[in-house]
Amino acid sequence: MSFKKNLTMAAAVVSLGLGVATAQAENIKIGTFLSVTGPASFLGDPELKTLKMYVDKVNAKGGIDGRQVELIHYDTGTQAKMAVKFAKRLLKKDRVHAIVGGTTSGSSIAVMPDIKRARVPFVSLAGSVKIIEPVQKWTFKMPHTDRMAAAKIFTDMKARGISKIALITGDGGFDKSGRTQSQALAPQYGIKIVADESYGKKDTDMTAQLTKIRTTDAQAILNFGLGSGPAIVTRNVRQLGITVPLYQSHGVASKKFIQLAGKAAEGVRLPAAALLVAESLPDSDPQKQVLLDYKNSYEAKHGSVSTFGGHAYDGLMVVLQAIDRANSLDSRKIRDEIEKTQGFVGTGGVFNMSATDHLGLGMDAFKMLEIKNGNWTIVK
Amino acid sequence: MMDALLQYLLTGITLGATYALVGLGFAIIYNASGVVNFAQGEFVMVGAMGAIAMVSGGAPLPVAILAAMAMTVLVGLALERFAIAQARGASVVAVIIITIGASVFLRGAALLIWGKQFHALPHFSGDTPIHIGGATLLPQNLWVMGVTALLVFGVHRFFNKTLTGKAILACSENPMAAALAGIPVRRMLLFSYGLSAALGSAAGVLVAPISLASYESGMMLGLKGFCAAILGGMGSPMGAVAGGVILGVLESLGAGLIDSGYKDAIAFIVILFVLFFRPSGLFGKKQGARV
Repeated sequence: MSFKKNLTMAAAVVSLGLGVATAQAENIKIGTFLSVTGPASFLGDPELKTLKMYVDKVNAKGGIDGRQVELIHYDTGTQAKMAVKFAKRLLKKDRVHAIVGGTTSGSSIAVMPDIKRARVPFVSLAGSVKIIEPVQKWTFKMPHTDRMAAAKIFTDMKARGISKIALITGDGGFDKSGRTQSQALAPQYGIKIVADESYGKKDTDMTAQLTKIRTTDAQAILNFGLGSGPAIVTRNVRQLGITVPLYQSHGVASKKFIQLAGKAAEGVRLPAAALLVAESLPDSDPQKQVLLDYKNSYEAKHGSVSTFGGHAYDGLMVVLQAIDRANSLDSRKIRDEIEKTQGFVGTGGVFNMSATDHLGLGMDAFKMLEIKNGNWTIVK
Repeated sequence: MMDALLQYLLTGITLGATYALVGLGFAIIYNASGVVNFAQGEFVMVGAMGAIAMVSGGAPLPVAILAAMAMTVLVGLALERFAIAQARGASVVAVIIITIGASVFLRGAALLIWGKQFHALPHFSGDTPIHIGGATLLPQNLWVMGVTALLVFGVHRFFNKTLTGKAILACSENPMAAALAGIPVRRMLLFSYGLSAALGSAAGVLVAPISLASYESGMMLGLKGFCAAILGGMGSPMGAVAGGVILGVLESLGAGLIDSGYKDAIAFIVILFVLFFRPSGLFGKKQGARV
């Protein structure tokens, strides 16, 4: 008898305990799927480190409105197939309140149908303009688009009097999208594309493609790519004795690129976020403080900073600020608040989103950089 | 056009030389035991990554290269001693599956030790391009071709002229008879794994300055080396070498003359054709058993 009594007591205590637990604020669940391994790992790795670091920081300060932030993470191994699988798991099983992630354009685009169905806000960390054009209700994006990169590069080329260029691109989503944007934009800048070559993301030698380019009258080479590919292209360009200017996209904006390409990287130009040159910005620049803060805290823990980790910072902050403003974990309210983001100073630039612009960055968010003496310098 | 053609050829031969070394490694183990060692590509990776790690640790390049090769040979020996030898009496397919497991293990270990990043090894003798006609070459390309030629010649001599080499061939032909003839079969097998690892790591350190290396870089090279061995005729060491060079040149010509998007496809289509019309490969001996 007394045993039974004890049991009911225990049950009561347990249910009371549960009651207390549910009465306490529910955790904010932020899901993420990143290319922590695979060819795009040098993007996904700093992204994950950044997310973990800032989630810890936010929690240490007491969270958002008394709610702790919980990060649920999966590694896609840079495979769009895996990204879809993990996105489904985040949406259905983990029931996250928002997703910040998708390292590559391919994986981001692949999960968008599931996002739309599940009605959970999704902030992509990938480059392709296709992610936000046409605007999809639940999808946002932090990094500058490939179209902006192409525009920035063509502006610089025009200033140098270049009118014929050779295009070489990888076979990833970012690369292909960059190629399409470059082809579409070139005529507007009076630039003719005289060669159009491609390479595989795991290729180790691009001299054949570059030899073909060498036989054309191109005045500059433009490479859209991610991972080891652009570094090998850069090395191969020098190796073949090609002397025309080489432009890379913002896909190579990390110190690792300079290390891998070595001396061959000298003189390479690329558009990139201001993070890489934070110290040389004027004090009046609104971004300077944010950039230095991010840079210093990241470098204190993980070594050299890259703009990719910066995008993860931007994405996480935009989402958390939206949740803070929404004062609720209702996905619809969070989405609405993300869309209302105004004047958010991130590492990528100053974001002003709207119903028709789910990125919210202007062209001024990009700086044209040149690699000199193994370091970034701002052009002009 | 001629300049471009020459460039494709030179690039193709350099690429092909590494495929040849990997293919040669496949052929040696296949010759000794009838097993296709799918960890061959990982030998390449361990060699390259080991050398890079030691160079960045401050070791002079020659020391780093030799130490990395020695380390890879140890890995090869350990693979035979602790994984393959344990499965004595198992079917060839079971042993092949063990080598696949070993390759996954080595890749995972490399990921833990060296991380996910790509790394570069310094060029052996500078990276100033050498102009030959209208084409250019890096000193490193010459290293790749030269050392490969030397190693291939050495392996060829070894199998045809030395007693040990012939003993290994005997083991593959009939292990029981070889054992009865007084050949230490187990030691020969161990030796062939060591030799394959040495060749693989040589390929790794030779191409690392050109193509960079990461924990995953052995996978593709292993696959291409396997194709080279198949193309040349599995079990024919010189066939594997020829197969490697043919594969490299085909890839390079395909990328240059037809379309870079079809580069890998072209190589594989040629292999399919060869296997269709000459199932034993270009240089393999005709084999078959009447039942």
